[in-house]
Amino acid sequence: MLQEYTAKKTTHRQHAHARRRGQPLRYAFVLHRLSGLLLVIFLPMHFWVLSLAVSDADRLALFLEMTHNPVVKLAETVLVGLLAVHFFGGMRLMAFEWFGWPAYQKTAAAAVLSVAVFIAMLFLFRTL
Amino acid sequence: MSSAENIQTGADMPDAGMLDVAIHRGGGGRPSAIQHYQVPRQENQTVLDIVSHIQHYIDPTLSYRFACRVGMCGSCAMMVNGEPRWTCRTHIDRVVEHNSLEIAPLRNLPVIKDLVPDLDPFFDKWTKAEARHHPSASRHQPMHIQPPDSPERQRADANIECINCAVCYAACDTVANQPDYLGPAALQRAWTLLNDAKDADKEAIWQAVSGGDGCHNCHSIGSCAHYCPNELNPMTAIAGLKQQTVRQAFSLTSVLKKNRND
Amino acid sequence: MIDARIYIWQRLSAMIMIPLVLGHLAVMIYAIEGGLSVGEILGRTQGSLVWLIFYGSFVLAVSAHAGLGLGIISAEWFRLTPKIASLLGMAVGLILLVMGSHAIWAVTFALP
Repeated sequence: MLQEYTAKKTTHRQHAHARRRGQPLRYAFVLHRLSGLLLVIFLPMHFWVLSLAVSDADRLALFLEMTHNPVVKLAETVLVGLLAVHFFGGMRLMAFEWFGWPAYQKTAAAAVLSVAVFIAMLFLFRTL
Repeated sequence: MSSAENIQTGADMPDAGMLDVAIHRGGGGRPSAIQHYQVPRQENQTVLDIVSHIQHYIDPTLSYRFACRVGMCGSCAMMVNGEPRWTCRTHIDRVVEHNSLEIAPLRNLPVIKDLVPDLDPFFDKWTKAEARHHPSASRHQPMHIQPPDSPERQRADANIECINCAVCYAACDTVANQPDYLGPAALQRAWTLLNDAKDADKEAIWQAVSGGDGCHNCHSIGSCAHYCPNELNPMTAIAGLKQQTVRQAFSLTSVLKKNRND
Repeated sequence: MIDARIYIWQRLSAMIMIPLVLGHLAVMIYAIEGGLSVGEILGRTQGSLVWLIFYGSFVLAVSAHAGLGLGIISAEWFRLTPKIASLLGMAVGLILLVMGSHAIWAVTFALP
């Protein structure tokens, strides 16, 4: 049975564009996923730079010198924001899974975004 | 003032003009295309009325599906301006944009023809989720008494009004990303049966909903609950399934049972 | 793709990281002040058992969490088969574990 309709997937995809918009929480899902993906891509770089502490301390110092560059400061701020939005967004999902789906789910998602932006701004002001 | 003037100014009618209706046609091997129809707008008109008008008076080759026209049978669901809706209970005033309307077959399902989706995958998944009654007694045994105010019955009651219209299934982005995912309707019915004291094979349901296509795939986007025309909440049912499967995984009995099986 | 086991590990690793991420966010905001230097970082972490345990459990949890997450994304968005997707996820998790452990070792035991 399953094979049968996987074979018909062409028609199933054909009309996918018929659904253009939707409710706001699907953007929360995309944001959660993209932030997670970007953090995974960032982590090896993060680890590599720190491990320079033993292998090449001068090079580490050079990298850390870069943190005084405004562009790098902005990139760091974005990363802090990504971590915060993934963290608080994940907390929202787990809270819902264990304590129930409240009517204010969209407000909760908006609150997650505001808190993440606030934390990123806090970081930006501290780094300047 | 003459009555003709009344119609012109629209004292009673919201808009006596024509509606531009774009319909996605094709499917089942035919090339798909969008066809436009001009439909006279009337008071108290539903989306199903529009589709019926086109089929009756403009283009008899248009295929669509409906039965009861009063929101009970769940057969007339379509994508209206990109959102899944039960068309017989959707007043066009709520969905019309710039005097136009876009109607397409339900998302996430193969198309038989025009606005008629193939619901086989949808119902196959109900079976796959073991979302069917497993009898516990025969007619020769005394009837099971289930008090209406018992917590199990209340939980089962919460989602029992599902009319199988597949609106939630069409709304689900996780089904779109993962075509084998069982989807909100089947999982919700599985949860209802798990809370039904008269169901005799709960183990089969647990197995079905904990597998690779089961409830844990849900990303809690919540479109099912958002679009359900009967205002049911499959999110709560799926969260209930997730909670119970986690409790089971950590309970001592399941550990012992697993060891015995090994 | 996501069965009960993957789900449980994903949520478990997430819950372990709740205090760790909060701590990391706090340290970052506290420590960044105008930029970073080698002395500042190593001054905190060198020879510190507390930071070793803190970041050690962080690396363990994040490797599991990111590996599982990437596996799921590659199945759903990049349309890999569940088997290949979970292998890819495991590989990424392993790379993160090795690189993360090396980084912690470096900042804990680097020569002053």
